[in-house]
Amino acid sequence: MRMPKPDASVVGRRDAIVGQLREIVATEGVIVDEDEMRAYECDGLTAYRQLPFIVVLPETTEQVSRILKLCHAEGVKVVPRGAGTSLSGGALPLADAITLGLAKFNRILDVDLDNRCVVAQPGVTNLGITDAVKSQGFYYAPDPSSQIACTIGGNVAENSGGVHCLKYGLTTNNLLGLEMVLITGEVIRIGGKHLDSEGYDLLGLVTGSEGLLGVVTEVTVRILPRPEMARALLAGFPSSEAAGACVAQVIGAGIIPAGMEMMDRPAIHAAEDFVHAGYPLDADALLIVELDGPEAEVAHLVDRVTGIARESGAGELRVSADDEERERFWAGRKAAFPAVGRISPDYYCMDGTIPRRRLAEVLRRMAEMSRRHGLRVANVFHAGDGNLHPLILYDANRPGELESAETFGAEILKLCVEVGGVLTGEHGVGVEKRDLMGVMFTEDDLNHQQRVKCAFDAESLLNPGKVYPILRRCAELGRLHVRAGQVRFPDIPRF
Amino acid sequence: MTDVLAPRDADDVLDAVAESLATGRPVDVVAAGSKRNFGRPCETACELDVSALSGIDLYEPDELVVGMGAATPLVALEAALEAERQMLSFEPPDLGPVLGAPAGQSTVGGVLACNLSGPRRIMAGAARDHFLGFNAVSGRGEAFKSGGRVVKNVTGFDLSKLIAGSFGTLAVLTHVVLRVLPSPEDERTVLIAGLADAQAVSAMSAAMNGPYDVSGAAHLPAPVASASANEAVSGLGASTTAIRIEGPAPSVEARTRAVSALVSEFGPTHVLDRAQSGSLWREVRDVSYFAADGRQVWRISVAPAAGAGVGGQIAAATNGTVFYDWAGGLVWLAIPALDDAGHETIRGAIRDIGGHATLVRADPEVRAAVSVFQPQPAPLAALAARIKDSFDPRHVLNPGRMAQV
Repeated sequence: MRMPKPDASVVGRRDAIVGQLREIVATEGVIVDEDEMRAYECDGLTAYRQLPFIVVLPETTEQVSRILKLCHAEGVKVVPRGAGTSLSGGALPLADAITLGLAKFNRILDVDLDNRCVVAQPGVTNLGITDAVKSQGFYYAPDPSSQIACTIGGNVAENSGGVHCLKYGLTTNNLLGLEMVLITGEVIRIGGKHLDSEGYDLLGLVTGSEGLLGVVTEVTVRILPRPEMARALLAGFPSSEAAGACVAQVIGAGIIPAGMEMMDRPAIHAAEDFVHAGYPLDADALLIVELDGPEAEVAHLVDRVTGIARESGAGELRVSADDEERERFWAGRKAAFPAVGRISPDYYCMDGTIPRRRLAEVLRRMAEMSRRHGLRVANVFHAGDGNLHPLILYDANRPGELESAETFGAEILKLCVEVGGVLTGEHGVGVEKRDLMGVMFTEDDLNHQQRVKCAFDAESLLNPGKVYPILRRCAELGRLHVRAGQVRFPDIPRF
Repeated sequence: MTDVLAPRDADDVLDAVAESLATGRPVDVVAAGSKRNFGRPCETACELDVSALSGIDLYEPDELVVGMGAATPLVALEAALEAERQMLSFEPPDLGPVLGAPAGQSTVGGVLACNLSGPRRIMAGAARDHFLGFNAVSGRGEAFKSGGRVVKNVTGFDLSKLIAGSFGTLAVLTHVVLRVLPSPEDERTVLIAGLADAQAVSAMSAAMNGPYDVSGAAHLPAPVASASANEAVSGLGASTTAIRIEGPAPSVEARTRAVSALVSEFGPTHVLDRAQSGSLWREVRDVSYFAADGRQVWRISVAPAAGAGVGGQIAAATNGTVFYDWAGGLVWLAIPALDDAGHETIRGAIRDIGGHATLVRADPEVRAAVSVFQPQPAPLAALAARIKDSFDPRHVLNPGRMAQV
């Protein structure tokens, strides 16, 4: 993985920069010791590591503003960081960049039930928002599986999803407002407790921008009343085709479940061995369908989905009797990653999205790749929205296996794009998929995105080396080629 | 004289923008023109009529996705979806009649360019939340795409969001892909008669804060309710607060009962059947109450709990008429025409609480002299200007349309 070359002039001024940062943030908030900085050397994508240049942990928006202003003036790069749970290397440090940690922004600022929203600092965890409103019967809907640890600011940066986003949307659909600091140190507020934006939708643009556009210092999210009840169905199928057909028929019948997850045979076995959730071991594919809402609705829909699953050839079919059983159904799915971790020294988690109807074909071709690379693969799948998480099993201690796993992974993602899908559904591009962007986008597509980056950060100081493969200078990107020789195009109909 | 360029396909659009760049003549991007009067008047006499970019070319109901030429008529799309018992769940309004155009002319691209959403916005999200991907030609005369045809997608910046609501000032949409959802099997609306605005917002909030999946919450003060074509509403002879419940039939029945019981402490309740409910929400969605008069119309978005206060204050100060959607968060206001459209009074009322006010209907001279869209603080306005320049450096697309004055 090629990262931008460290700027020697910045590296040489380290002591002076540390001194300036200590004028802004109290001494313990500026970390320079190598051992202490070690905790920041990677995020959830542990294959890539780099010691930060300096780590800074500000506590106020004003400090963030002064830090960014300083970095802008001094030409110092900045890598924003929440809890560091990114699976794509979004928070991977750079040798000449300040890692700007937002962990100290950990307060809930306002719980406003009349407007059904919560205002929080970006370092509050995803689950921390739900915890703040649980006793009043509310919750925050997006639920990435790292929700105990991941921060709401990180969720904004990555546009995080989770198993419930089929019905309730991703972060972007549940966000009302932001306070954000630009690289110039300017503080802007976008949105608030009201709906929709007053000009260009910067809220939507910033969500999922992976720390390339600014540093979020406050977040307003909408919260929802907790559904009256939830029940889950567990259904084993003789083939992934049959399970896929069941998913299509549920949606075709006008039902949008709260969650609809699929696992293939290797994933079923790994999960069952680990948590003993009672999964059918003779099934080739397992579906977990959760239905939530008012009691009358859930009872009605459970009947309908049960009928559809039977018709689609489900063998074993169980409906949760109570919340305890429902949680047991989920336990295996939620533990799928660590479960796979038990059967292989290492695994590499992929994250493509495909049109659901191409599932069987994609699984078949993935099995061929698996044979060719000599690496096993287990699949868990957000079936409702086509988001695949193939887990490639490898052993980093065997020479060449990591490289094979990475090649295999890249082939899977290219296949996702080939069948009409995308490189990443919810984990982000980061450094991991950066060099594959050209598979999905043309140069013109990418240039239009990078010019947006230029509008926010003309010197490319914020999280450089992430998301976009080639960093071209903004002046060059902005150059306009007017077809001056041809003023009128005679072919266009006009009247 | 107005020049009209009428591209036949996306390649022609590319040539048309290249021509505009080469000649220095900007274009006003239109299709049906039903929202031509929405926004600040464009400062150009040349039109780019993209009407020919029409037709659905991808519809997979069980994948909940539909793709089409950007100028596909909304009625054609809705008919295709209805045949599969699906819908655009953001409930796009038809503002044609409010803007002085015939009903039923909207195109999908126009709806997206204005990010128009109806009453179900509070539950299902806005147009932008269902906009999965697009192909377009930017003001640089370059074709580009963003997004895709799947919902779960975080590959690169989400330009669909940026393009939605940009009023054609960044790029000319040529093809769009939208997420669709199943239509609800049944619907009912619980009415509460005779509430003052503030009480109504409390009643709507109580319903919104319970586990009832409310998909519409509006309040029509008496003068507006009496103008309803729906006799079950106008016949009450009082203000009307409406709470919509949609979903599978047994669920609708149970929730309608629960919501009626919950809000009965506020006033007498009454339930509208499916047909009556449908016609009421179409009126609310399309702002029909203000369609047939010559007054100026504002659309004000605030925190829902602040709606009644803001609406009452502005109505009193402007001698205007208001009604509320989005549980109080969307205030529609009609005022007797003024040269400055009362913008200082209206925007002054929301200055401290946050939100935005858009001048939806006024004569072109007024819309040229008053900021149609909420003015932004300097750093935000400068950022928006840099984004505009990055897509359209010579300002050849819809010049002046979103300009602050």
